[in-house]
Amino acid sequence: MNKLMTAAEVVAQFRDGMTIGFGGWGPRRKPMAIVREILRSPVKDLTVVAYGGPEVGMLCAAGKVKKLIFGFATLDAIPLEPWYRKVREAGQIELMELDEGMWQWGLRAAGQRMPFLPTRCGLATDVTKLNPALKTIQSPYDDGEVLLAMPALKLDVALVHVNVADQLGNTLITGGDHYFDHLVARAADACYVSAERVEERFALTAEEARFNTFERYLVKGVVHAPCGAHPTTCAPDYGWDMSHLKRYVASASEENGWQNYMDEFVHGGEAAYQDKNGGIERMGKLPLPVF
Amino acid sequence: MSDKVEFSLAELMVVAASEVFRGDGEVLASGIGVIPRLGASLAKLTYAPELLMTDSECLLVEEPIPLGPRGDYVPKYSGSMHFERVFECVWGGKRHAMIGPTQIDRFGQTNLSVVGDYQKPKAAILGVRGLPGNSINHINSFFVPAHSKRVLVAGEVDMVSGVGYNPARWEKGMKQDYMDIRHIITNLCVLDFEGPDHAVRVRSLHPGVSFEEVQDNTGFELLKAPNLGETAHPTAAQLEIIRRLDPHDMRAAQIKGNPPGIRAA
Repeated sequence: MNKLMTAAEVVAQFRDGMTIGFGGWGPRRKPMAIVREILRSPVKDLTVVAYGGPEVGMLCAAGKVKKLIFGFATLDAIPLEPWYRKVREAGQIELMELDEGMWQWGLRAAGQRMPFLPTRCGLATDVTKLNPALKTIQSPYDDGEVLLAMPALKLDVALVHVNVADQLGNTLITGGDHYFDHLVARAADACYVSAERVEERFALTAEEARFNTFERYLVKGVVHAPCGAHPTTCAPDYGWDMSHLKRYVASASEENGWQNYMDEFVHGGEAAYQDKNGGIERMGKLPLPVF
Repeated sequence: MSDKVEFSLAELMVVAASEVFRGDGEVLASGIGVIPRLGASLAKLTYAPELLMTDSECLLVEEPIPLGPRGDYVPKYSGSMHFERVFECVWGGKRHAMIGPTQIDRFGQTNLSVVGDYQKPKAAILGVRGLPGNSINHINSFFVPAHSKRVLVAGEVDMVSGVGYNPARWEKGMKQDYMDIRHIITNLCVLDFEGPDHAVRVRSLHPGVSFEEVQDNTGFELLKAPNLGETAHPTAAQLEIIRRLDPHDMRAAQIKGNPPGIRAA
């Protein structure tokens, strides 16, 4: 069994109109090498499901997003995601704006093959008012409480970036926070992971095995993508690239800004992308942010 | 010891922010942003050592971590609070968060999503983030660095992200019992929701600020708390802790012009 693929082979599986979920959180451990491959591809009309960072902004900038299912979009150190903001303010995308908790709850429901899971989150807000598809349900027990029935967020594809994988699809997330990648993986028909390092077959210590957060039967393909989360963080391996993020932010207020960004960084392929960013030596040593 | 201590408005607000956690017990104190985080840290280092706190990432600490580059300081971790666990904490109600929403209304409803029309907004901000879940599950306080009618708005906020004491938003059978909105710390005053039917009151005024000035800059009607007085000044001991927690003086950049805590006459 060998699930090793290239990013281009992964994206070749995608069809227009698909629902794609992303692992990570804001500008943290996003599968950016695969995102860049989507940007190079003709695929369009995507429903993007994410705790949004630059992957959301870039896919918006490229006109690939039909609908966004999200709780936020941010670059954290730069609070406002520039391309999300621009496209959002132009009213160009459909939205399902969710509480952060509802978002992971919907993925959990999908992974458990449940139609919905109950929660209080979202009640009495505009989240429910603006999403008529969200229904309430009354507790069948004595309390009779009215709860929100968070529908399953079923994904066609999940894209997750991890620190280490093997060719069988086993994965390790060695940073301090595994975020909700396991739920993203479980909610999808097909999960593809990109990884900083790929081994043939794991032979881990018990300590190392604790960094595994979802099973390989969920993983359809493994992409070897060193610095594949750049310009987002990939703790503990490297931090975000603030100079690149600033360059990306500037593209939203420049004439032909997105086209220029694509020409400078994306069209040339991943090797050229690394050269443009000081090479893998520099990218892999970017310091982790200190808060 | 001299009772004449000089302090900035930001430092006064840190002390006011630290007061919001009084009586909370063992809950996760989440101060998001420089002044709320310093406030929570100050509370933990003075009257409320029982508070739980993170390193502003995903690990718990019993000793609040100084802001920014740490030099020789090595954090001492006491546990884990990765995001999946934060939701367990939120939904279990064991948290008091203090964030700075884009808009707040008289009901305590908050907005972090968009300003203007939802479909074609004047400004897209972050999205609702965790506000719907936070507000319906645990204690919340808010921080407003520039008190104005643009933030403390007339009517309802443009996009209700966090719930509040607005009867029109609640349907029969929905549980409101866990909603608990405490204080709003602004650059002019401290507000609370302790008036009749949770009406907003001015709880204390910062030195040199009048009730009228606060009312003139607020989009809704305010009440005076019966014991309305001046916001407590930082003590020398509190200032010493704040300076230790914020060695790079990040607090100086939080309030426009970094004004002194006591207005020049």
